[in-house]
Amino acid sequence: MEVRLGVDIGGTFTDVVLESPKGLTSIKVLTTYAAPENAIIEGMNRVCERAGVPASAIEQIIHGTTLATNALIERRGAKTALITTQGFRDVIEMRTESRFEQYDLDLVLPDPLLPRQQRLTVSERIDANGDVLIPLDRAEVEALCDTIDAAGYESVAVGLLHSYLNDQHERLIGEVFAQRLPNVALSLSCEVSPQMREYERFNTVAANAYIKPLMKSYLGRLAGRLREQGTDCPIFLMHSGGGIISLENAAEFPVRLVESGPAGGAVFAAHIAGRHDLDKVLSFDMGGTTAKICLIKDQTPKTARVFEVARTYRFKKGSGMPISIPVIDMVEIGAGGGSLAHVDALNQIRVGPESAGSEPGPACYGRGGERPAVTDGDLLQGKLDPDNFAGGTIPLDKAASSAAIRAHIGEKLDLDAVEAAYGLTEVVDENMSNAARVHAVENGEDLSDYTMIAFGGAAPLHAARLCEKLGIHRCLVPTGAGVGSAIGFLKAPFSFEATRSVFVEFKAFEPSIIASTLAELREEATTFVRSCDANAPIEAEYKVYMRYRGQGWEIPINLTAEQAAKPDRATFQALFERDYTQLFGRTVAGLEIEATVWAVNATTPTPKAERVPATAATADALPQGTRTVFDAALGRTVEAPVIERDTFTLGQRISGPAIITEDETTIIVPSSRSASVQADGCIDLQVKG
Amino acid sequence: MASTVSKQVMWNRLISVVEEQAQALVRTAFSTSVREAGDLSAGVYDAQGRMLAQAVTGTPGHVNAMADAVPHFMRRIGVETMKDGDVYITNDPWEGTGHLHDITVVTPSFKHGALVGYFACTAHIVDIGGRGFGADANSIYEEGLYIPIMRFADQGKVDETLMRIIRGNVREPDQLVGDVYALATCNEIGHRRLIEMMDEFALDDLGEVSTFILKNSRRATLEKINALDHGVAHGAMTIDGYSKPVDLRVRLEIMEDRVLADFDGTSGLDAKGINVPMVYTKAYTCYAIKCAIAPEIPNNAASLAPFEVIAPENSIVNAVHPAPVALRHVIGHMVPDTVYEALDQLLPRTVPAQGAGTLCNFQVSLRPRTDAPAPEHARRSEVLTFNSGGSGARPRVDGLNATAFPSGVMTMPVEATEHAGPVIIWRKELRPDSGGVGEFRGGLGQYMEVGAQDGHEFDFSAMFDRVDHPALGRVGGGQGAPTTIARSDGGAMRGKGRQYVPHGQRVMLAFPGGGGYGIASARNRAHVLRDLVRGYISAQSARDDYGLSDEEISNAYEQARLGQDV
Repeated sequence: MEVRLGVDIGGTFTDVVLESPKGLTSIKVLTTYAAPENAIIEGMNRVCERAGVPASAIEQIIHGTTLATNALIERRGAKTALITTQGFRDVIEMRTESRFEQYDLDLVLPDPLLPRQQRLTVSERIDANGDVLIPLDRAEVEALCDTIDAAGYESVAVGLLHSYLNDQHERLIGEVFAQRLPNVALSLSCEVSPQMREYERFNTVAANAYIKPLMKSYLGRLAGRLREQGTDCPIFLMHSGGGIISLENAAEFPVRLVESGPAGGAVFAAHIAGRHDLDKVLSFDMGGTTAKICLIKDQTPKTARVFEVARTYRFKKGSGMPISIPVIDMVEIGAGGGSLAHVDALNQIRVGPESAGSEPGPACYGRGGERPAVTDGDLLQGKLDPDNFAGGTIPLDKAASSAAIRAHIGEKLDLDAVEAAYGLTEVVDENMSNAARVHAVENGEDLSDYTMIAFGGAAPLHAARLCEKLGIHRCLVPTGAGVGSAIGFLKAPFSFEATRSVFVEFKAFEPSIIASTLAELREEATTFVRSCDANAPIEAEYKVYMRYRGQGWEIPINLTAEQAAKPDRATFQALFERDYTQLFGRTVAGLEIEATVWAVNATTPTPKAERVPATAATADALPQGTRTVFDAALGRTVEAPVIERDTFTLGQRISGPAIITEDETTIIVPSSRSASVQADGCIDLQVKG
Repeated sequence: MASTVSKQVMWNRLISVVEEQAQALVRTAFSTSVREAGDLSAGVYDAQGRMLAQAVTGTPGHVNAMADAVPHFMRRIGVETMKDGDVYITNDPWEGTGHLHDITVVTPSFKHGALVGYFACTAHIVDIGGRGFGADANSIYEEGLYIPIMRFADQGKVDETLMRIIRGNVREPDQLVGDVYALATCNEIGHRRLIEMMDEFALDDLGEVSTFILKNSRRATLEKINALDHGVAHGAMTIDGYSKPVDLRVRLEIMEDRVLADFDGTSGLDAKGINVPMVYTKAYTCYAIKCAIAPEIPNNAASLAPFEVIAPENSIVNAVHPAPVALRHVIGHMVPDTVYEALDQLLPRTVPAQGAGTLCNFQVSLRPRTDAPAPEHARRSEVLTFNSGGSGARPRVDGLNATAFPSGVMTMPVEATEHAGPVIIWRKELRPDSGGVGEFRGGLGQYMEVGAQDGHEFDFSAMFDRVDHPALGRVGGGQGAPTTIARSDGGAMRGKGRQYVPHGQRVMLAFPGGGGYGIASARNRAHVLRDLVRGYISAQSARDDYGLSDEEISNAYEQARLGQDV
């Protein structure tokens, strides 16, 4: 495969990257909301022209998109009904019965995805052993079909209690609907997310059903438009777990496309980690409104089984809707170049999550923004060049930044403009560091032996300061950082993870049941991957989630193929105790162990990153000028040489303080660090000495 | 001398440290109340024992209790005897957090041999021996094992005698020991982060940071109090109680530099375990007032200090040893509504109408049937669940449906509950017409039906209120529906206490709704129609309470049938 196209539809820009024998060519075009495929066609034609490759030569397109996420956030899905067990109509509305913000008397909870009148029930019940307590009557389902038909629903979600253990009632409903209402899209929770915990599962199947017609129609249109353009190659979709699936599977399980863009970013960072042979990496992606942080161990991004989308209240945990699908585990916080700052009643500077966006933008954009944003703070400290922002296309107004920061921070805290700007960026850097620290603790990791990989427009400005705060010694800033996700798509393997809840108490450890469960999951996952590539070798990665009986949180344990084929109680226990100790310091003697969830990820081999030999820097770089910049660790301004990234070449080094500029971003090298260039163009920031 | 900016950064850092500390506890704890429901706390203190930051977790009941606990430990243990590696423990209801089921663990933090601060954490464990969790004890001695403030570990060495005594006195010894270790571990994680921070900022002690945090918090809290009109108001609320109804009375006074809540006039002790130690009353009083006047100021020694709470000794809100206190939450959760009865007069249009208040918790003790031969698979099991009624309507928005207030704990998933034991939850859904009518409607309560798998019978330990005293509305709003409880064969059941349920029977529960706010005729018509289409209210209520015409009602039902959103 020689010519491939990666396409990432984001909120503002659609990024298109062409991989051809001539190398990578990328372009950013504005996202066209009404018909997102238009931006893809435009971007494809322009990038092909730039690379001198005809669009008809493209052999494969890998696509990721925020459309699914946005449809959930903006509630632009199909008319959808949820069919559920009698007595449990309100599960997705009652949530966890708690308030995610304890001190807000006027708190309003987000509306459920489907209002109550769109939630219908059937008389049936399965118990926690998977046994049928009340059988489902086919005639009742048939009558329900008529109700659904009369109301004109476009999509139906089915979520019944304990269906992850016994799917026969959900399947019966599916069968009747497929027969009688073949044009209504159907989603069964036992297929979309066969995991225990009804709130998460019902919500996930409802979300899948809600966006299914929209995504199906979009993907169909996209394929058609590309064919018209003479590009008749297979199209694959990036999924939230960091792999790619076929267009048909994506249309069936669109909820798996949620957060595919950021997942691409993590895959990109994992690829860079591979090039530099790094086993412990913290990826740091900071854009205009949010920052995303992900742990990448052994060149594989960490994954999770559930995450929250569409948070409605200051990115607060619990204010969104939970989606239980395999996903790259990321922390996302409201910290970006456009995040706004103010001083609160405690005389504390607060930054974000409210963002100035691109309109009006930070005060320095001169588009009417009066409140100070992170970019204003960066500008006042000399981290940005007002005449060369975004390649000189957006002139920045330093006086406007100064006025905004003085009025909103400086005067309230009796600080001058630069000190106040320092306070502002110090707070946002601390917020991001804290998020990274908590994420590391939750995963039992110590960040001090990690390497950071920084990308996204705002990350290189802040990355080194985060490293100082987190005790991270090394940071790489790759080239193409502005289109990292789209590049990541091209580096992703075909993969699909199948999961299932099956309770196994260790005192009743049945090797044959475990082996057959894992074999079935492998079969299911492999079938998905096989539909993408008929010939590639497919590897299976086995995982079991285990805990002490009585605990509520499981920890994931990786199994080898051998351990999966011949499950052995003592081995499983030893693996659990090893990982538990690593996470929490000690095991708990005398307690029963149990396994709750089993997962198999089938994947084609990850494209091997070509190793980049480490290059020692022997010569000093030749900077073009100097600039005064504030060094946060020193707490004062320093004179820093400025060098254009294009002129900073292999084998050269520059000692901090220094500033490395390029069109897309600026890399700040603080006094504590020096920078060199690696053979793949990565800028390598390391602690001096 | 640290700069203003670094002190700001360190304050943020300490808040992040206690959140980390709490998170570690949730992940390693065994009791469902901690890991699923979030019934825990974590805090960091300076060397004088002043609380600098506290994690925002599921339960406001620990708010002041945590702030007060560390000074008790300093006094009882003796600061001069403290050594690096020590860990202290208690479950004293009066010096900890209000009942024997809360274990508090305190760890001194040493840097270069000098004591620089403390970490404390608390978790609600499921069993501490005695009669088991419930209201039925006549004194604290029947409620379980009492652990006075003492060393759990002496310079890293765990007190094995204590551990044997604990193991010998509780029903689930492994889990409890696991929870105690989890508490110790979470303090250790906090300690490590604190030392890292002090290294980063080259600090030998927390003096300057502590002064900065406490000074700013005090100033901000006082500014909030100063902005209020001074005045006095009285609040009263009557609730079910256990053996007889309980009158809660409060006199609230807003002064220049503090707010005083005096519970004089409140009923005396109940014979059964629903009495409340003062720390817990203080916590819920402070929480209620802080929500209304200073919600964004984090809890610490200085931000809590201006709220003064007093109550006559041996009133039900100031129970002293040896009163039974296991279910102190049943009364404690009603304190905010009582305080709001008074605060509403001083700060109109700020606080909500009365709500369900007390969490609608129950414990099910299952066993093989005794009326006939039980099947072989039948087993014994204890299952505890947390559930919520509706919250009171607010001055500008409806109450929250089936959502806890003032408690912040979460419910457990039904699928998880049914894995915990042979219990079957047949129904758990919203209860239409249970929210008090008004311009803003009270939150809906919920229905639950609880039974057992075939071959089992059970005891049902009820912990409900608002059976005889439903939540009242405010400014003309209607009252919420009361709690009801009965057996599926129609047999009567009580709102509190342990009750036998024979094989094949279910417990039919309807949890209370919140009170309404403002008069019903002022309600936005679109909201009435929406409520009708969604089935939050019945046709009868739409007609009688809100004046909808028959035509409007039938149109709404047609919209509902067609699944139209309104």
